[in-house]
Amino acid sequence: MSTVASLTRATLAKDLRLEWRSKDAINSMLFFSLLVVVIFSFSFDPTAEESRQIAGGLVWVAFLFAAVVALNQTWAREIRNQVLDAYRVSPAPPNALFLAKALGNFIFVTVLQALMTPLFIVFYNLRALGPAYQLPIVAALGTWALVVNGTFFAAMSLRTRSREIMLPLLLFPISIPALLAMVEATGAILTGEFSAKFWIVLLAAYDLVFTIASLFLFGFVLQAE
Amino acid sequence: MKRVFPILAVLTAALLSYALYEALVAAPTEQTMGDVQRIFYYHVPSAWTAFILFFVNFFASIAYLVWRANKADIVALVTAEVGVIFCTVVLVTGPIWARPVWGIWWTWDLRLTLTLVLWLIYVSYLVLRRFSSSGQTPLLAAVLAVFGALDVPLVYFSIWFFRTQHPQPVVGGGGSIDPRMLHVLLINWLAFSCFAALVCWSRYRLEVIKREVDETLALEALLEPRSAQTKTSRYGSGG
Repeated sequence: MSTVASLTRATLAKDLRLEWRSKDAINSMLFFSLLVVVIFSFSFDPTAEESRQIAGGLVWVAFLFAAVVALNQTWAREIRNQVLDAYRVSPAPPNALFLAKALGNFIFVTVLQALMTPLFIVFYNLRALGPAYQLPIVAALGTWALVVNGTFFAAMSLRTRSREIMLPLLLFPISIPALLAMVEATGAILTGEFSAKFWIVLLAAYDLVFTIASLFLFGFVLQAE
Repeated sequence: MKRVFPILAVLTAALLSYALYEALVAAPTEQTMGDVQRIFYYHVPSAWTAFILFFVNFFASIAYLVWRANKADIVALVTAEVGVIFCTVVLVTGPIWARPVWGIWWTWDLRLTLTLVLWLIYVSYLVLRRFSSSGQTPLLAAVLAVFGALDVPLVYFSIWFFRTQHPQPVVGGGGSIDPRMLHVLLINWLAFSCFAALVCWSRYRLEVIKREVDETLALEALLEPRSAQTKTSRYGSGG
């Protein structure tokens, strides 16, 4: 267990340091979701009441597309210098690598959300009428739901032609229940009309199921050549 | 084995024609919906057949992950392909029926959405198989099938929360159905299942032969490096 923890920490630290110096993922995600916010804002031009109704969908669509940008870059660096091959022949447990990559993506997308949320509030005049303390919970569970499967499918699409387009084709159908839960929970909290509890429980269940499944099956994907 | 196939084909054809007659002529006309209700004899059996095929796909994928048997992978591939076809029939016949009866083509109801999501998952499964460039396609596909199966209960609960507009299941769901209609429905289901099994079987044999041919070609290329080179130059270096 300690080897998994220390390996995860080492890989995560390396990825964070690389990202801190290059800022590739975060910059492209930020600019991408900024474009989505601006385009949606003037193509719908909603009033405050309307935007409360549709904001859940807008926010999560923007984050989903932005997350795909980061997820697609997850493994590219490891392919370039045959790091994955080296990892495969080393005795290190595959799950440590997967956990580090998923946690790294989780951190990137969370930072993106922290930076983008003020912009959403400004452009859409948002103010939560329901219990706002639930919003960070929904954001954390929803982000993990996207990145755990996204990291896994990004590793799978390494072995395909045109891998950049393959990732969303695999990720979006499987993520439909999670997306529905995120959008509905966010809408429920913003409008305050009904409780978001059911959706939060569903998101937690989704996270649990797919985290376990990914940890079980990642070894197969890493060993596949 | 070679004898069985044509016999089964003839039987299936006879059964399908009988089922067609039963559904269009013999079955009683529904009182409120009229003749449009007869699409039910195609819609429901297709749905059941598709779900059974997806079930088989899931178990074949698990079997492949455990035993790495090529046969399991071929079964998974074949059932996914045929299942997507039947699922498409369900998704096309549903709106044709819904428009005159409900007044709308589509609604985000439990069973409709579940079927659509299943269809999407299995289309992405087939896309993965098509785009995968390595010899590890069966492994990746099996992993994706497991993910898809895990997704189904989550999809179910998420849409169940939206409350359902679909007519409650008329078979075994407390709803009432004319015994004559149930009879026609079951005959159609039997005919559709036989047809699906027949298509799966011939597709299975085709895939086995295709893989044998691929293997032989690869082996020949290994044994005769020069002829392989000329072949590459003639056809270009496609991967």
